[in-house]
Formats: sequence, structure tokens, C-alpha cells
Amino acid sequence: MTVMLHVEDLSVDYGAREVLRRVSLEVNAGEIVALIGPNGAGKSTLIKAASGVLKPRQGRVRCEGEDITQLPDHLRARRLAVVPQAKQEGGAFTVAQTVMLGRTAYLGWLGKPGKRDETSVANALRMTGLTDFSERRVAELSGGEQQRVLVARALAQDTRIMLLDEPTNHLDLQHQASLLRLIRELTSTGQLAVLVALHDLNLVSLFADRVALLVGGELTHVGIPEEVLTEEIIQGAYHAAVKVTPHPETGRPLVLLNL
Amino acid sequence: MKRTGSVYLIVFSLLLVTSTLSVGMGAVTIPAATILRILAAQWPGSSIIPDWPAAFTTILMQVRLPHTVLIALTGAALAGSGAAYQGLFRNPLADPYLIGVASGAGLGAVVALSFEWSSNPLGMYFIPAAAFLGALVTVVLVYNLARVNGYVPLTTLILAGVAVGAFASAATSFLMLRSSEMVTRALSFLLGGSPVNGWEPVFATLPYFAIGLGLLALSGHPLNVLQFGEEQARQMGLNVDRAKVFIVVVASLTTAVAVAFSGVIGFIGLIVPHLFRILWGPDYRHLIPMSILGGAAALLLADIGARLIIAPQSLPVGIVTAMIGAPFFLWILRRAKREVLW
Repeated sequence: MTVMLHVEDLSVDYGAREVLRRVSLEVNAGEIVALIGPNGAGKSTLIKAASGVLKPRQGRVRCEGEDITQLPDHLRARRLAVVPQAKQEGGAFTVAQTVMLGRTAYLGWLGKPGKRDETSVANALRMTGLTDFSERRVAELSGGEQQRVLVARALAQDTRIMLLDEPTNHLDLQHQASLLRLIRELTSTGQLAVLVALHDLNLVSLFADRVALLVGGELTHVGIPEEVLTEEIIQGAYHAAVKVTPHPETGRPLVLLNL
Repeated sequence: MKRTGSVYLIVFSLLLVTSTLSVGMGAVTIPAATILRILAAQWPGSSIIPDWPAAFTTILMQVRLPHTVLIALTGAALAGSGAAYQGLFRNPLADPYLIGVASGAGLGAVVALSFEWSSNPLGMYFIPAAAFLGALVTVVLVYNLARVNGYVPLTTLILAGVAVGAFASAATSFLMLRSSEMVTRALSFLLGGSPVNGWEPVFATLPYFAIGLGLLALSGHPLNVLQFGEEQARQMGLNVDRAKVFIVVVASLTTAVAVAFSGVIGFIGLIVPHLFRILWGPDYRHLIPMSILGGAAALLLADIGARLIIAPQSLPVGIVTAMIGAPFFLWILRRAKREVLW
């Protein structure tokens, strides 16, 4: 197994407050690692710091061996892409325009695309099933489709590492499933390394190869879903009474809330 | 995007029509055909024999043509920089006038005007530089006052712009009223009328206009990326800090040159980019060049209006743009709540 993303001993402060403390984590090629934890545990901060836009106080983030905190923006964006939560931003652009902006790291100051950029955008649209939507304005699409546009934009960056920050928020069940299936597919065919922050523990259990639990800025447990999603660990981290039982079909752990 | 070509064609034709009208209209009307022949006759070695009154040549070459060129460049600069500010602040209501930058540039220009040397031909070349400094200080101040958690919300932006702009305007008026011979010049300047005539202001500003408009027209791609917010723009590979500084400096330079010799003219920077955003789309790589051409045509049109309303006298063009622009501003304000053009 090849380690693609290597977070090493990372600490991040917001002013005097330590938000992440000595976090170390590896993500391999073809693997999905889900980042879970209660609100305020530092999931978004870890995604931001791992993406290189937040300077850590200590530690480093290596992508395919190279320390990305030291790389200029365009070189970093060729190694690692981020899928944010779909918002109103940039909604007036068409789908094709938005995905082409994912090529920024390869385009010059004038943003004039070449043949390789066109091919890359066409591939990203095809893989996300958006080819027929390419001339539609993003704001006219449903929430699920908008989220897929952002995945396509990240794919157009042609990176082997993808970070996602709660991509299923505000999506209904059908769109949650189809988005996660898409990520799964891309991960296995493209040998992508994926780190995804998720809230829903049952989605995590069905979908992640490994789970990393973040509590109070520290990684307390990392392992396969069966190892991390246990009654004892979840109750300790979330301070909520839960029952964990095997999924009747997949056998993966199901986390049920007890009131 | 097949419409791109036709939009350019329409704007270009509009510009041609408005500049012909601007040159031909006035106390004496010069027909379009005569304008062409007078212009052609200026060419060295031309064989055209004048069949028009000699005064026509003087009126055209010494009065109307420089005036028209200056108005066109001013409109182009205000609309182009307006589009850039809107993209940078991610706010459809950013306009060099509303965010106080134009007033800051005006203050800079008037400070320069209040010195003796600025009325000699050489000193005149420093007025745009002083206006640029005023604009730059204002935009940095307003941006930092309006910024909340990395965003520049509509309300704080307009409030900060109005406050800083009011301060700059007050300081400008104070400087002007201190010296009595400046009052007349000053008043027309404040309302958006050129205080100087002839070719000098055109020559003094042309290099700045050329550089400013050229660089603005090249800023479309970074502005497109910035529409997703600074964090995403960085993750997409844009050097955000460099892009921001570049755009602020270029847009402020362009605003400043416009203000230096044409006074404070509001709303052109708001109306023109907004119309193209509705008619054509959000891609700044074309939105800025279209706004530049359209801004020239729009200000020429407003200027023709200003010359007609109380003819034979003419109104400062800033009055006309404000009368049309203020209702338009309110319309955008209501519309911005309903539609995503952003």
C-alpha cells in the first residue's frame, strides 16, 4: 500500500486556543478514511490544515512525500483537491465553467484553457454524470447535483488526493447514497486517497475503509469501522447512550441512539 | 456562449453611435459625413478640399473631440473598475462611488489642485498620481472596516464606504472653499464636470488609462476564481493575496485617473457591469472588456443628455448619472434578494 496523504504531528491554534493537538494520520491510495467526532472536535480545522490553507503551529502535511505547507498554491492544488459543502457561491456560472475553474492550478493568469484542460473537464463531467448539465447554471440545480458539480471541479484538478468536508450535509437519503457511491467508485478506479469528514456514523460504517475519531482536537481512535464504532468508544466520545448492532445485510456496525 | 460575439458587436456599434453624436452635437451641428471628412483632412498629405466653415475644424479638433475622448475614457474606467470591485468584494453593489474610492480619489486630486504648481502643464501630470494615492488609501481603509470573518457583507461595505466617502468629500469641500478662486472650478468638479478643456487632460491621463484598462481587462480569470471565496480559491490553486493586491491596485488606479479630470461621477460603475451580468453572464474574462466598452458608450450618452437638458448651457454629467443611477441602485437592491446572479 502506498501512503498518499501523510499528516504528521499536526498542531493548530486559533489565537491562544489549541484546536488540533499532535494529530498524525495516513491515507493510502484507493482508501477512504472517514473523519468523525462531536461538534467542535476540529474536523473542519483538520481538513483545512491538511489542504494547506491553514498554517499549522507544528507538524507537516505530506502529499506523495512532499511537504505541501511549503508549496506555492498552484503546485499544492495539483496534488490535493478539496470538495467543500455546496453553497450559493459562484452559482451564476454554468456547470462547465465551474468545473473548468478547477483547472486553475494548470491555467495561466488569463485562464485560457488548452486541449488537456478541455479533456480533463470532459472526463470530470462524465465521471460525475454531469455531461448533460454542462451548460446549465449551477444555481438552477438541486442540492445533490450542486454537490456533484463540486466533486467534478475537484476531479478536474487531476490530483490523487481528495479531501471532503461534510459533503452529505443538506442532502436527502437518495442523494447521500448516490454521492457516496460516486466517491467510492472514483476511489477504487482512480486509486484516489480520500479523507472525508462526516457526521452520520451509519454512513461512515457503510462506506469508509477506516475511521478516525477526533475528540477535543486529538485523534483518539483510528481503525476499521468495527474497531472504532463500538458502544464504549462512541458513548465516551459523544456523551450519548447508543446501541451498536450489526447491519442485517452488510454486517457492518449500526449505531442506534438510546434516549 | 455563442452570444459573446454579438454582444461585443452591439456594444461596439453603440459606442460608435454615441461618440458620433457627442462630436456632432452642440451649438452648431456637424453632420456625421462632415465629421469623417474633417478627420480625414487632418491626415498629412490628405487631398480633401475643405467645403465646410473653418470654425468647424476648430470646434471639432479643439473642443468636441478631446471632450468626447475624455468622457469615453472616463466611462470606460469607471465601469471597468466597478466590475472589478464587484468581483473582488463579491458584492453586486460595489461601485467606485458607493464604496468611497471615488471620493478618496477626488480628495487626492483636490489636494494636488490646491498647490500652485498643479496649474502649470507639467504639474497637471501629477494630479492623477495624487488621486491614485487617495483612492488606494480609501479602498484599503473601507475594505478593512467592512470585513467580517473574511467576508465583506453588503451592509458593512456600503456603510463603511458611505462613512469614509463622506469624510473624504467633507475634506475636499473644506480645501476647496478655503481658496475663493477655486470655488467655481471646485463645484463643477465635485458634481462631475471636467475643470479643464482641450487635449491636455487627455494626454495627461492617457498613459494611466491605457495601463489601467489593459490590466483590468486581463484580471478576469482570478476574479472568476475568487467568486468561490478566498479559501476555496486558494484550494483551487490561486495565489489569492497576489491576485487581490493586483486587482485593488489596478482598479484604484483606473478609478483615480477617471476622477482626476472628470470629477466624481457615480453609478456608471454600478449600472453597466450589472446590465452585462444580466444580459450575458458572470464570466469576468468577458464581463470586464464588455463593461469597459459599454461604460464609454453609457457615459457619452449621459453626457449628451447633460448637454441637452438646459442647452445652451450644460449640466455636470454626474447629475445625470445620479438621477438615472439612484433608482437603478434601488432596483438592484430589491432584485439581489430574489435572484442568484452571483
